[in-house]
Amino acid sequence: MTDDAPLLSVRGVTKWYGRRLGCRDVGFDLYPGEVIAIVGESGSGKSTLLRLLTRQADIDAGTVSYRMRDGSLRDLSALTDAERAVLRRTDWGFVHQDASFGLRMSVSAGGNIGERLMSAGARHYGDIRAEAARWLARVEIDQARIDDTPDTFSGGMRQRLQIACSLVTGPRLIFMDEPTGGLDVSVQARILDLLRGLVVDLGLSALIVTHDLGVARLLSHRIMVMKAGEVIESGLTDRVLDDPREPYTQLLVSSILPA
Amino acid sequence: MSAASYNFAYLDEQSKRMIRRAILKAIAIPGYQVPFASREMPMPYGWGTGGIQVTAAILGPDDVLKVIDQGSDDTTNAVSIRAFFAKVADVKTTTATADATVIQTRHRVPETPLSDRQILVYQVPIPEPLRFLEPRETETRRLHALADYGLMHVKLYEDIAHHGHIATAYAYPVMVAGRYLMDPSPVPKFDNPKIGGCAALQLFGAGREKRIYAIPPYTRVVSLDFADYPFERYRQQGTCALCGADDTFLDEVVTDDKGGRMFICSDSDYCEKRRETASAKERPHD
Repeated sequence: MTDDAPLLSVRGVTKWYGRRLGCRDVGFDLYPGEVIAIVGESGSGKSTLLRLLTRQADIDAGTVSYRMRDGSLRDLSALTDAERAVLRRTDWGFVHQDASFGLRMSVSAGGNIGERLMSAGARHYGDIRAEAARWLARVEIDQARIDDTPDTFSGGMRQRLQIACSLVTGPRLIFMDEPTGGLDVSVQARILDLLRGLVVDLGLSALIVTHDLGVARLLSHRIMVMKAGEVIESGLTDRVLDDPREPYTQLLVSSILPA
Repeated sequence: MSAASYNFAYLDEQSKRMIRRAILKAIAIPGYQVPFASREMPMPYGWGTGGIQVTAAILGPDDVLKVIDQGSDDTTNAVSIRAFFAKVADVKTTTATADATVIQTRHRVPETPLSDRQILVYQVPIPEPLRFLEPRETETRRLHALADYGLMHVKLYEDIAHHGHIATAYAYPVMVAGRYLMDPSPVPKFDNPKIGGCAALQLFGAGREKRIYAIPPYTRVVSLDFADYPFERYRQQGTCALCGADDTFLDEVVTDDKGGRMFICSDSDYCEKRRETASAKERPHD
């Protein structure tokens, strides 16, 4: 596979909820190792788009194609449920704003990390545990907490644990929905730092949905601005944030509170 | 009301045919939970209504029925169900495992090996092995459809992480014929090895949950485990105080309020047969 072939190719994706528009005619290519941020205010269709791309909801029109590990570009709609499930638990990672969507809150941290390994067929307890401990260290969680459940964890630790759970199977694409939403600024900064390091080290591609332009600037290469279900502007992150063309984008950029 | 006013084996013929269709499907897809239209039975849920409906559907006039509860033929449940079928189907009943053609059981597999002329019917309270890990039925069905069973191993992982060993002692999950994850009903894990490769047909009925599943004869059944924490059979360390068996599943019986206790075979028929054989050897001229 060459780096000039897109990993994820999206064309004309449209979704209606009855007569209400979810998103309309969204199209972009995500290349290996690239991070794209989707920004916009609440209700602009960012999360809807993420749900459509990961096939948690059906799309009304358009195609989403993904480059499989064998190099072939496959339409996700043409995959069987079983194939999509395998993608979801091996090749893709998810970091949700609400950790309880991504974690089993009553299962230990080690068990949470191990679940994806065991789904993929790992059957050696010692190996699974060692791998879980290694990932805890990598996301800077004290390894002594390996047998504690995430409901005893702080918000920041839960996000770190989600990241570890997503990355343990060596995915190529990671979907993040407001990964630092609701965290205080210093915790946010450390998690963003961690994410940025991991994305570079592992050569991950990522799609990040956020309303926080600071997050977008720090993590993403390219940015797409959504408003009322449509992408109104896209381009290199620095270009869009420093020289916004659309009035709405200019409004967004100028709305950032000075630190 | 006299017994003559009941249809043979209590259920009407259409109901029995419906249950038999579910059973046939269950046999065709080993370990798969087949929904069926569970009927009201003249006893409460939890008393074995699923097992009784399966038994009623497969029983013929020539069958010999044995009913055990926790291995014993003489507990209330076992006695009542045996009396029920003696009344409504007029079939012969027995307590001898070897003589029975249909054995309905709760919580045990008999110690005596079963033959290919026998059918073992289990009473099942909760057929879904993933129920306590994933409460949504829609989701567990999807996991079965995709054979996505990592979650069950998470349970075993948690056991080891918290207790140092796989602490699940009964209803120990198994893979049937390499495809479906199955709850073997609340039998002790001591019995799991007897379920795989068994010569007898094994049927599982869950009345309240309206599910039937089956293991055909000689089917491969594997208890889930880890490479470094393999499945282990468990029995109380001890011998039966009555028959001296040291390889059977034992019940602990408290004999007084001063800490006195003894272990006896949970399979009462097996224990009795061993004692009869032993006494016959001691007194050959009696």
